[in-house]
Amino acid sequence: MSTPSDVVVLPSPSPTPRRAVRRLAIRFGDFPVIPTAILLAVALVAIFANQLAPHNPEIGSLTARFKPPFWQTGGSMKYILGTDQLGRDVLSRLIFGARVSMVVGIMAVLVAGVVGTVLGILSGYLGGWVDQVIMRVTDTWLALPALTFAIFLAAIVGPSMWNIVIILGVTYWTRYARVIRGEVLSLREREFVRLAVVAGCSKWSIMARHILPNVVNSAIVLGSLMLGVVIITEATLSFLGVGVPPPQPAWGLMLSDGKQGLMVGYWWLTVFPGLCIMLMVLSANLIGDWLRVKLDPQLRQL
Amino acid sequence: MAGEPLLRLDKLSTHYIAGGGLRVVRAVDEVSLSVNAGETLGIVGESGSGKSTLALTIMRVLPMAAKIVGGHMWFEGEDLVQKTDAEMREIRGKRIAMVLQDPMASLNPLFSIGNQIAEPIRVHERVSRASAWERARGLLKAVRIPSPETRVKQFPHEMSGGMRQRIVGAIGMSCEPRLLIADEPTTSLDLTIQAQYLNLLRDLQREHGLALIFITHNLGIVAKMCDQLAVMYAGRLVEAGPVSRIFNAPEHPYTQALLNSIPRMGERDQRLTAIAGQPPDLSALPPGCAFAQRCPQAFHRCRSEAPPVLHPRPDHTLRCWLSVDAPAERPRVLAGAAAV
Repeated sequence: MSTPSDVVVLPSPSPTPRRAVRRLAIRFGDFPVIPTAILLAVALVAIFANQLAPHNPEIGSLTARFKPPFWQTGGSMKYILGTDQLGRDVLSRLIFGARVSMVVGIMAVLVAGVVGTVLGILSGYLGGWVDQVIMRVTDTWLALPALTFAIFLAAIVGPSMWNIVIILGVTYWTRYARVIRGEVLSLREREFVRLAVVAGCSKWSIMARHILPNVVNSAIVLGSLMLGVVIITEATLSFLGVGVPPPQPAWGLMLSDGKQGLMVGYWWLTVFPGLCIMLMVLSANLIGDWLRVKLDPQLRQL
Repeated sequence: MAGEPLLRLDKLSTHYIAGGGLRVVRAVDEVSLSVNAGETLGIVGESGSGKSTLALTIMRVLPMAAKIVGGHMWFEGEDLVQKTDAEMREIRGKRIAMVLQDPMASLNPLFSIGNQIAEPIRVHERVSRASAWERARGLLKAVRIPSPETRVKQFPHEMSGGMRQRIVGAIGMSCEPRLLIADEPTTSLDLTIQAQYLNLLRDLQREHGLALIFITHNLGIVAKMCDQLAVMYAGRLVEAGPVSRIFNAPEHPYTQALLNSIPRMGERDQRLTAIAGQPPDLSALPPGCAFAQRCPQAFHRCRSEAPPVLHPRPDHTLRCWLSVDAPAERPRVLAGAAAV
């Protein structure tokens, strides 16, 4: 050793800008960058599907059926991810399928969120028989197996993208109602709500002005976690043939169409839509978990 | 006393009813009280003596299990017991305002200060947003918040505890009520801030001529703030009258015991005098006086019959057999209690 043992070399203090970066890193260091990037990318693809897709997703050429991805023998750069049994371009169908997943996912979460939050607030704040009725309905709803119930509803109203949105909203509102009601039960005992009562505010204005803004955090967290569940359910319904009707490209439908091909080596028909579903659901869940830690009043320190 | 008091409670009773009437808790039991305009009434009593329930009853914001089972509340000539919920909403915050037990938690963390002070004004008076905010700024100045122009846009977490407290006071004053009920408003504050706040309340009271009901178990605050004092025990009013009279010559044994339990400067070697025993279960009150179990002067009658409401002087209320029966007529059966 060249340095004497009694000399300790202290690390030089880091300059201020680096300290600022470190502080930011502590605050946002666990921000899920990759999941956010994936979800943003899917959203952009969904929005600009018309510009991005190289082919028409619904019309194929029967002379180009079951073309493999470009790197396999027989594949070409014309159909980068290959074609399906009707000669439709898999990549274009994935791109348009992103639109279905995004629209159904976000809209169904919104429908479920609005219905569930409103009923949860009414139930928690008004109490009494209103609470009894809403909560017994919720209990009954939760006792129904969600997927079977969704299939049943789909069979009644018929398949279409907007019907799927309604069906998923109707299936999943109960989770919101439960969580939001619990939150409201503790909020209504808070002093600022009591103060609003003694200041002469009506119950409706208390629910709108004092309760609702305080449960929005929880609703957002729940929504981001629900996004994954809803996308999976949409894919499942499409796979089972009661979801988005056939010519329209949906990831679940592509899985369903490709499943026979799996046995004879047409792996690209199922692997690519499957990967898309998995990545999107995983991203939604990771972002949801991060939001939960950041926004949940029980976990947040104050 | 000149004319009709601002608020007159007449044999007001509020009970908590549980189990379909099987368990009845008499939280407020036939309480008669009055408050004049511009006057301060202190209500003292142990925890669970019904002070807070009394305040909630006056505001008519009782929890669902509690019911007003009898009596009247005359406020400016109207009986609040008979009012519908919609009529009460007009009164709440406008003519009777309230400051709650924990003013620190009384502000909604998501709204700016101005928004929250303006809220009751917007609820009760048809004024524009701009003029409500103008009044909010004026109120902040009135409660001595420095630079109200910037403070009005800030949020509760940007304020100190004392400031938040004064803001809650400003919300209470925002519609210039005739009566302000303060339910232990200073328990969560340190002593200097407490004193500041009490002075502020007194100044506001003087400026606006409002009546104040002060619910507390701090007798020091009562001595400093109040004109009248009402002592509650087990849901009943046991003694009421001018503060100076009750402090100098308490007549009810409970009031005497309460005043004796205040620690005094200089008495270092003496143990603090506590009142022996526990307050009774409000759902199973003894047949006689509720305090008889703990009363050093109780005699036979105290245990069998509830004492009547007496008025030894026009402004003095008392509920005790001691001032009815002469000492010779009191058979002392409670040897143990009498020896204390």
